[in-house]
Amino acid sequence: MSASHPVELDTLYGEYPLDEAFDEMRQANGGVRAHYRALSDTLARLPEEELQRCKQSADLSFLTQGITFTVYGREEGTERIFPYDLLPRLITAPEWDRVERGLTQRITALNLFLRDVYSDAKILNDKVIPSELVYSCKHYRRQMRGLQVPRNVYIAVVGSDLLRLTTGEFVVLEDNLRVPSGVSYMLTNRRVMKRTFPQLFSSYGVRPIEHYPQLLLSTLRSLAPEGRPEPNIVLLTPGVFNSAYFEHTYLARQMGIDLVEGRDLVTHDNIVYMRTTDGLKRVDVIYRRVDDDFSDPLAFRADSSLGCAGLFNAYRAGNVTVTNAFGTGLADDKAIYTYVPKMIRYYLDEDPILPNVETYLLSEDNERRHVLANLDKLVVKAVGESGGYGMLIGPQSTAGQREEFARQIESNPRNYIAQPTLAFSRAPCLIGNHLEPRHVDLRPYILFGDKVNIVPGGLTRVALERGSLVVNSSQGGGSKDTWVLE
Amino acid sequence: MLSRVADSLYWMSRYLERAENTLRQLDVAMGLMLDTGAASPETRWKRLVASLGQDSGLDWNGDLESMAGKLVFDQINQAAVTFCINGARENARQVREEISSEQWQRLNRLFHYIHSPRAQTEFRSNIGDALATVLDGIHLFTGVSAATMIHGPGWQFIRLGRYLERAYATATLLEVYQSDLLQPQEREYAGYQYIEMVGLLRCCTSFEAYCQVYTADVSPDRVLEFLLLNQNFPHAIRFCVDSIRDAVEAIHRGGSRRPSDELTAGIGRLHAMLGFTSIGEILGGDPAAFLHTIREQCLRIHEIIYRYYVHYSIQSALAS
Repeated sequence: MSASHPVELDTLYGEYPLDEAFDEMRQANGGVRAHYRALSDTLARLPEEELQRCKQSADLSFLTQGITFTVYGREEGTERIFPYDLLPRLITAPEWDRVERGLTQRITALNLFLRDVYSDAKILNDKVIPSELVYSCKHYRRQMRGLQVPRNVYIAVVGSDLLRLTTGEFVVLEDNLRVPSGVSYMLTNRRVMKRTFPQLFSSYGVRPIEHYPQLLLSTLRSLAPEGRPEPNIVLLTPGVFNSAYFEHTYLARQMGIDLVEGRDLVTHDNIVYMRTTDGLKRVDVIYRRVDDDFSDPLAFRADSSLGCAGLFNAYRAGNVTVTNAFGTGLADDKAIYTYVPKMIRYYLDEDPILPNVETYLLSEDNERRHVLANLDKLVVKAVGESGGYGMLIGPQSTAGQREEFARQIESNPRNYIAQPTLAFSRAPCLIGNHLEPRHVDLRPYILFGDKVNIVPGGLTRVALERGSLVVNSSQGGGSKDTWVLE
Repeated sequence: MLSRVADSLYWMSRYLERAENTLRQLDVAMGLMLDTGAASPETRWKRLVASLGQDSGLDWNGDLESMAGKLVFDQINQAAVTFCINGARENARQVREEISSEQWQRLNRLFHYIHSPRAQTEFRSNIGDALATVLDGIHLFTGVSAATMIHGPGWQFIRLGRYLERAYATATLLEVYQSDLLQPQEREYAGYQYIEMVGLLRCCTSFEAYCQVYTADVSPDRVLEFLLLNQNFPHAIRFCVDSIRDAVEAIHRGGSRRPSDELTAGIGRLHAMLGFTSIGEILGGDPAAFLHTIREQCLRIHEIIYRYYVHYSIQSALAS
């Protein structure tokens, strides 16, 4: 077969194993799902060299757009493209509708939970959630008790991670309420895909996402303090050494707001100012991409140079809005996560549309015993971590690793939860010149200002290594464009 | 714009101007060393180092290639080309969202080149070509900056850095050379004196421009007049001062504060020194002191810029 003939379907799907995990594109009998047919046909019709050319052109697109991460440490300082896969991940309109309703319900409940816990704590008094669980969470911030937050919106930007189980149903794996990242990759993936597969894109009718920066900006604006009609909105970044710095600059530029670091800010009389060549300029809304701990050396970690001294006092005085609010890490603690369905029932009197993943709370004796006896089958996670760190994947671990985790669990059970290893869904990826399935998750981005806005789709993260279940970018994961169909 | 960002753009620009200055002066000095009649290589080297203003670690060891290599590749001496390019890139990296992607790519490419083994090899095989490659890289960046950056306050801080550095460096150069220029040794042949003056002009990339204004008749007072007082040539100190004044005015037009009196006075003083004096008056007085005053004024202007735009105290900012 010469390089200019289309790739044979067999070659295309050569080593494509199907098992219990839901395959996004293929049914159990090997047939292609209806909504993937156009994609599959296009791939089958493309000559092999054309497919490679598409890949190279996409690579170049990412490179010239600067969607790279620079290895600053090494002398060569090569700019590397953020790992991605060329093939879009498709979601049908009915599937998305359910996800959207489920996430709206969830973020509403989480916001109400935070407001409740940082004021009257009715949900704790009614013993729906154990008080110790809340107060022993290291991200619970006593400073937030009784503090009035604009529009009662504690979490304006949320990234919830969803998995699709063997039944095809979406479930929520975790909520990221502190500084969720990845939105810039979602936006740049879309730009590159439109350039690489323009006909396929238009023939499918994909719901747009490019307005995310506008939505984010209007969300931030809606949270400005009273009496500030032309609010000065800034994005607070830890700076160039932060791995998400590219995203911070990207979003700031797309929104047309200033990107500031802690050292640009000063507070005086409980008002936050930024230091400009034209004198001090008052700041009204801070979109915070710095963790609580590092935001204010007077209120939090004293050794932090990334924040602004006095920021919390200005916040408390209502002179500046900081979002997401401080102390929202409480609600993305993985132990608290297990109570989100209860929160939805308690605050909204509704059944959760999107279920949680079955989770063992290791602070509960009988659950802990069960988990310790079955470490080789379960995934254990530290409650406050993100990025795939502090995690044990039972079936892929060594006895030594399991022993170490058992010790850690025994010494601090509050700090861990366990979940069954899930065979979550896989999507086709272009590996060389053929397709292979890889595990994917979905991270939609939810905005909560004067109303809830969710851009269709979100970031599909891929575990690029064969068999791997870890999709986090910091651990070898990549991303795909997500197409929600009209 | 943010003070921190203005600061970084200003220094990025100053470092690149400094690198260019070192490259040119080194190139000229090496060319002059080929004519050994007028001065020993060691004398020339010492004069070069004096005019660059950073003499640490640059004592003449007799081997021109290794000395030139130091001036190009050293990462500690503040006049060394690599030190300057490191500084420029580091500052640019802090403000990547302010500069265009083309600017960043050019500067990054230049940075990687000068750190590459290839640069070392090319330097050893043909120094002149290697220096030209780096100079080209700097010019590319300057050109791309002018074309792809919005000419707002950020751009004006870049101009401010470039012309302040250039004014200071040129005044330093002239201060070091003026005694040799104006009191030539009796034993020197006219031919050597000519080469020295042309060398000085080439340090400021101004030989051809000079000829356009004065013809090829090169004389010490005309050389000084050209490099000090010419209004139209970009490497003349007068032109630099005018550009500094323009940049500051543009920065103020875009802002809401009234201009700093101190800054206006400082620039005005420098402008008056160069705008209302004739070369006859300068040469009739103490040219060395005149040049020294220019350098001092440049330092003062830099200090005032910092106090007014970058490191102002909160109390004074809130009071105004």
